[in-house]
Amino acid sequence: MALDQEQNFQAKIDAEDKIEPKDWMPEAYRKNLIRQISQHAHSEVIGMQPEGNWITRAPSLRRKAVLLAKVQDEGGHGLYLYSTAETLGITREEMINALQDGSAKYASIFNYPAQTWADVGAIGWLVDGAAIVNQVSLQRTSYGPYSRSMVRICKEESFHQRQGYELMLTLCRGSEAQKAMAQDALNRFYWPSLMMFGPHDSESAHSASSMKWKIKRETNDYLRQKFIDQTAPQIEFLGLEHPDKNLIWNEERGHFEGSELDWDEFKRVIHGDGHCNRQRVQHHIKAHEEGAWVREALVRYKQKKKLKAA
Amino acid sequence: MSAENLQLFEIFLRSKRGLDHKHVGSLHAEDHEQALEYARDVYTRRSEGVSIWVVRSDDICASQEDDSESFYDPSNDKPYRLATYYQLPDEVNNM
Repeated sequence: MALDQEQNFQAKIDAEDKIEPKDWMPEAYRKNLIRQISQHAHSEVIGMQPEGNWITRAPSLRRKAVLLAKVQDEGGHGLYLYSTAETLGITREEMINALQDGSAKYASIFNYPAQTWADVGAIGWLVDGAAIVNQVSLQRTSYGPYSRSMVRICKEESFHQRQGYELMLTLCRGSEAQKAMAQDALNRFYWPSLMMFGPHDSESAHSASSMKWKIKRETNDYLRQKFIDQTAPQIEFLGLEHPDKNLIWNEERGHFEGSELDWDEFKRVIHGDGHCNRQRVQHHIKAHEEGAWVREALVRYKQKKKLKAA
Repeated sequence: MSAENLQLFEIFLRSKRGLDHKHVGSLHAEDHEQALEYARDVYTRRSEGVSIWVVRSDDICASQEDDSESFYDPSNDKPYRLATYYQLPDEVNNM
């Protein structure tokens, strides 16, 4: 019986059919999806922190409104993704607990601090840029609700990268000090942005089954290459120096090739030893606890309304 | 129960796996089960769907179009939420 179900399931996947919430699915597929989607949701929500820090310090009303809109989007995207994960039978509370006790991960990029105003530009351009490369690919993921939320998110997010690049361009056409600030932000955010695509395919723990089940459609290394290729001319256009001094164009392959990433740093940050890991989770816990009275008030209000109606 | 007193149900169809359910119309039925069977007969005679949702119309809470001015007003003066708001030179416009 189970074997038939599994064959049937794989046949749907192979035929590019989507899997919907009420379909039978292998337990490992469900678990793999819950892990990936909740991690994705946590990244959206934790990702509000580094940029959120700059809302009150934005240099103009226009920039402030744009940043506010972007951070608000990230919160909304977290919500889409939590709801998507919930179709797989996990509760919001379980996911939040897993984030807060450290058993669930989020994108390690958000453990790097946003130190200057230029970092806000670099984050929009590079971090959202890398996320978009990944998310465009995930629009074709095999799980229907995840695919649909990716379509919605990509559509909404298209302005995030452009506002970041526009910010960088403005700085690069400004004073020497502003251009230097842009260069510094690029230097710091370039490498961790490349790490957002995860470990090499040969090292990636979940890649094989994720590809077989079409949860992921393209490998970490393929997507990273795509991002490196699209970013190099954008750096050149800004008139900034490329942070990777070894970057060369490989005519034969039609791709840029650069330095190996610092995978020790990647592991350190993933395992909790980045600049901001503790701060990010503590802040989430604090915000969650400080919001307890709102959740309580909602329950009380509902109870009171029920009593009144009775 | 007379036919006039049957409950109203709203019908949503998923035309193909991977797509959202879309509202296609409504019908009267005794209960959910019957609504589902009627919906199959009325709305999917030409294989229009792979999945049907039936929802009691009473259970739908809807915004009113008359309120739209105040309901959606805050979005109208925020064009910077759109990608097209950001003018980039042609060389890098492909993002």
